[in-house]
Amino acid sequence: MIRSILTAAALFASASTLAADTLKMAVTTSFHNSGLSEILLPEIQKDIGLEVQLIVVGTGQAIRLGEAGDVDAILVHSRKAEEAFLEGGFGTHRREIMYNDFVLVGPSDDPAKIAGVETAKEALTAIAVNEAPFASRGDDSGTHKMELALWNTAGIDDTKRGTSWYNEAGAGMGATLNTAAGLNAYVLTDRASWLNFGNKQSLTLLFSGDPVLFNQYAFLPVNPEMHPHVKHDLAMNLENWLTSARAAELINSYTINGETLFTFNAEQMLKAAE
Amino acid sequence: MVSIPPLSVQNASVTRNGKRLLGPVDLEIMANGLTIILGPNGAGKSTLLRLMHGLEKPSGGRVRFAAPRAEAYAQQAFVFQTPVMLRRTVLGNLTYPLTLHGTKRANAEKQALIWLNSIGLAGHEHQLASALSGGERQKLALARALIRAPQLLFLDEPCANLDGASTRDIERLILEARNTGTRILMATHDLGQARRLATDVLFLNKGRITESASAESFFNSPKTPEAQAFLKGDLVL
Amino acid sequence: MLEIWQGIQAAFWLIVTFDADLYEIAARSLFVTCSAVAIAALVGLPLGAWLAVSRYRFRRFVIAMLNALMGLPPVVVGLVVYLMLSRSGPFGVMGLLFTPWAMIIAQVIILTPLIASIAHQSIRDLWAEYHDLLISLNTTRSQRIKTLLWDSRRALLTAALAGFGRGIGEVGAIMIVGGNIDHVTRVMTTAIALETSKGDFALAIGLGFVLIGLAIAVNLALHVLSGTEVRDRW
Repeated sequence: MIRSILTAAALFASASTLAADTLKMAVTTSFHNSGLSEILLPEIQKDIGLEVQLIVVGTGQAIRLGEAGDVDAILVHSRKAEEAFLEGGFGTHRREIMYNDFVLVGPSDDPAKIAGVETAKEALTAIAVNEAPFASRGDDSGTHKMELALWNTAGIDDTKRGTSWYNEAGAGMGATLNTAAGLNAYVLTDRASWLNFGNKQSLTLLFSGDPVLFNQYAFLPVNPEMHPHVKHDLAMNLENWLTSARAAELINSYTINGETLFTFNAEQMLKAAE
Repeated sequence: MVSIPPLSVQNASVTRNGKRLLGPVDLEIMANGLTIILGPNGAGKSTLLRLMHGLEKPSGGRVRFAAPRAEAYAQQAFVFQTPVMLRRTVLGNLTYPLTLHGTKRANAEKQALIWLNSIGLAGHEHQLASALSGGERQKLALARALIRAPQLLFLDEPCANLDGASTRDIERLILEARNTGTRILMATHDLGQARRLATDVLFLNKGRITESASAESFFNSPKTPEAQAFLKGDLVL
Repeated sequence: MLEIWQGIQAAFWLIVTFDADLYEIAARSLFVTCSAVAIAALVGLPLGAWLAVSRYRFRRFVIAMLNALMGLPPVVVGLVVYLMLSRSGPFGVMGLLFTPWAMIIAQVIILTPLIASIAHQSIRDLWAEYHDLLISLNTTRSQRIKTLLWDSRRALLTAALAGFGRGIGEVGAIMIVGGNIDHVTRVMTTAIALETSKGDFALAIGLGFVLIGLAIAVNLALHVLSGTEVRDRW
């Protein structure tokens, strides 16, 4: 009895150290909710014998984890925050891997009539003019930053976003989609999260395709000069795999309901190709 | 014969919430005998016993022992008016004081079973103490107090709530303890019990010892008017 | 309402098909919370007893603090433990962050005041009953604490079960310090949070039913075990 308890304890406690090579990577909820990680991680394990442990958080927290040295690499999608991360010396470099896109989702009766407009700017202006309910992440995540940037281009700053219709969920993508479904509100979401979301209720995809909505994912290894314990070699192995032809094929062929989610766009570096 | 460490109370008083419950009291407890403490309710009988046993701190004066204090307390035992039962079996209650002082469990249980026989509770050893009747509990409490053969035993109205048969059993145990050399101080307001057991008597009234005499002289010729009234069965106010 | 029915079905199929992932996270939930309860009880029970039998100046203040800490917000505990265990924090070199040990540490901090406070309340009542007797028997303080702990063990079992209940259902702290890593630190509650965020309410509520069932099973098992032990003795 006692022996079996101890065995179980050892099993759980050592799960992270038992495998020869493990790497901790902070990723954004939008990446994880897409389901792509469930395709990629087993292949990575098979190809290069690396167990990648995902810490699924918002971009803001992912960057904090990287700065503190609590993960070995981060995979995020917020260019400005990534550049600040590099300027602070927390990461060695930034490598673009793939992109997906953001879409505007809203009630199927579309009270702001955004379904027919040309640009994201027009769509947001229509929502603001009609004071149609809108659910925002409000959590300083990459998606939230993208949304704020879009409002600014449309000339609708936070003083013009009335609390009567603009709702900050202060939560992850899934929780915010749940909020939008409950409020019958418009919401900006990445396509992957939307396609995988199970509680759509009367929400439907209303607007997509504007190039400003493209969402670039980048891989940033944590700087071993800053945090000597990080597994930089393993992070580089992972980067080589993520930018390989094999990764390209897996990423480009990943679909939900027949829709492609991600477009691989890593540039092959001569150094990495050797 | 072991010489019992004499105990003396010197000018001691007990005050609680500004109200004097006892004293000042001066008292010497000699080595042999069975002292009965008599007096009306609220006279301070319990407080005096608790003071001597260390359950009450004196607000003035002191209690002295010939032996070092810790040793003196280890050779004392106390039986309360309402017996305090440990939430254990009858056997567990009896072995508790022994195992506290390092007696091996098997030895402790052997001794406990002998005591259970002599208090008429043989066969009840695995029963919960809380399931016993009032008289049985008090017998068990007395046996628990006596199991380490104390030199000094305090009894605070142990028969106050008991029927005749239980009282007779308890008195038998008290006399046996006395005969095997235990010095006994016992508070009671049962005059008959006092006459049956006492070798000497302390009479307490309003927190003070008004009379201290041998049993014979106290019962035949009480000196103070309060003691005379008490013996006649009048109310002492 | 439909989700609840689907959740019951999901829970049923997960259990009868011996879903490996389900059994793994359920076992990890039990491991983390049982370890935390064991450590918290080891500290909290004697602490509660010591508080009951000791008289000192700030006693009332300490007990009031302990009662207040019963309601310690898990998310704050999680954040503080994260900052302590982070590579940039004072205990970073131990590399405990995002392991089950970090989750156990966080839960020990949450559960110890709860267990100590409940233990203190029941031991205080027993101490009032035993006070004169234990003083009279010339017991040392540690003997008093041992006696009180032993004789109130059924009430203390309740304290431990209250701790178990709070721990097994806790998500705020272990999410932060464990990271909800699949096959490493994912437990029942963090899996439920994850499925909820995916909008997969049926699976989330199915896991929820399994979690509730687990809590009931542990409680029943302990009551049955202690019941056979105490049938004719305390």
